[in-house]
Amino acid sequence: MHNFAKLAEYFSNYPFVRYAFAVGLLIALCASLLGVTLVLKRFSFIGDGLSHVAFGAMAVAAVTGLTNKTVIVLPLTVLSAILLLRTGQNTKIKGDAAVAMISVGALAVGYMLMHLFPSSSNVSGDVCSTLFGSTSFLTLRKSDVVLCVVMAGIVLLTFLLFYHKIFAVTFDESFAQASGINANGYNLLIAVITSLIIVLAMNLVGSLLISALVIFPALSAMRLFRSFRSVMLCSAVISVVCAGSGIILSILFSTPVGATIVVADMTVFFLFSLISLCRDGRK
Amino acid sequence: MGVQITCKNAALGYENRIVAENLNFTVSAGDYLCILGENGSGKSTLVKALLGLKPQVSGEIVCAHQGIGYLPQQTVVQKDFPASVREIVRSGCLGKTGLWPFYTKEEKALAAEMMQKLGITKLEKRCYRDLSGGQQQRVLLARALCAAKNMLLLDEPVTGLDPRAQTELYEQIASLNKSGITVIMVSHDVQAAVKYASHILQIGKKQQLFYGTAAEYRNSRIGRAFLETGGAALA
Repeated sequence: MHNFAKLAEYFSNYPFVRYAFAVGLLIALCASLLGVTLVLKRFSFIGDGLSHVAFGAMAVAAVTGLTNKTVIVLPLTVLSAILLLRTGQNTKIKGDAAVAMISVGALAVGYMLMHLFPSSSNVSGDVCSTLFGSTSFLTLRKSDVVLCVVMAGIVLLTFLLFYHKIFAVTFDESFAQASGINANGYNLLIAVITSLIIVLAMNLVGSLLISALVIFPALSAMRLFRSFRSVMLCSAVISVVCAGSGIILSILFSTPVGATIVVADMTVFFLFSLISLCRDGRK
Repeated sequence: MGVQITCKNAALGYENRIVAENLNFTVSAGDYLCILGENGSGKSTLVKALLGLKPQVSGEIVCAHQGIGYLPQQTVVQKDFPASVREIVRSGCLGKTGLWPFYTKEEKALAAEMMQKLGITKLEKRCYRDLSGGQQQRVLLARALCAAKNMLLLDEPVTGLDPRAQTELYEQIASLNKSGITVIMVSHDVQAAVKYASHILQIGKKQQLFYGTAAEYRNSRIGRAFLETGGAALA
């Protein structure tokens, strides 16, 4: 009961906890929807690469001393997303190598910049919170919250409007192209949304753990469900539930928010794998 | 007999590398054209040109690209894709929906009609990855028919199927052709081509080796040579 009282106190007395909770759920929802497409298109690694780019961009933003870092991080990440997608098609450096190159490059440059031009006395603390999510996530400013809600709204609306086309492009690009759907355009759209979500999620779980938020719910859902729509819905539900419980647990036990959410996602994944194993075994 | 595709002296490929040239053939409504050729002879480039995805370098190809229902080769991505048969067949209608985000009643009815036609209505709610190879191809055929009712372009449709499923699929395609649908099929299988197709186009080594009816092909020197080796020279 003590825990409940503590939780109730946090939620009723501190509006920023409520904001953080809402924003966390929204981010998780967007990431999981996108995750299904990324996993199926074999693009999981692009999400991972982009998160490292976002880290580098974050370092650049920290060095310039801007208060609103998103101004720099977002365009840079979107740009790399477009570049990565372009390199995926018929270039000298193959897709996976290009991703690896850009991601470690950005990581190294980012870390170096943070050391050369430290914005605070605690460099390793800064690096750590960028990589693994900051505890300051629970103290978001109102402008951050508004930004998150607007971006999440854009992502959700895009998914709603282009759901069938995204399905077609994911399932069979050549057919989609032949029947007059602009497949490259939709790939670009997916890349841009991916970078949007990564920038959003960076505050929540940090740049190293974003991929987990994108990939785990989708993989869990695919264990049990067999149609595109049910996989999408299930993945969204898993992600929201895990993010919600992760945030609550992290408040109760003072654990890092990002890591707690990811552990919750992993637990669901193993649970679902077990169920699917049992089901297949019975057949 | 309306002419649906005319190809005159077409050369295909890239600016500095021609893959196939001097292509001359026509496809009329109700034809069953089989395109034979070894790997690298420009078959897939020709397919892209017919679909309007890659314009010819020179010459002329007259063809209503949007009117073609395409059955591409299977990709790795599709093998374990969680999607129901109905979702896949309906996605064939997407070329027509424009920006409207939902399927209309007519499109849903069209998808149902095509599933009926190919005998996969019972599989409607099954997952694509749980189906046999032959069933998967039927699903993709139904999707292609949703995209275009009167012309199909099939890119090596029997690849990876066991012999019985191959025969069944060939029979299915032949019966679609009899019901008035024009069929263009890219293939390695000379025996089946001669058996089922009405016309044969063979390309190889950058140029057109043969174009004519299946009966003419059987009596031509090149045709006899390939039939005797069982198409081994092609594979």
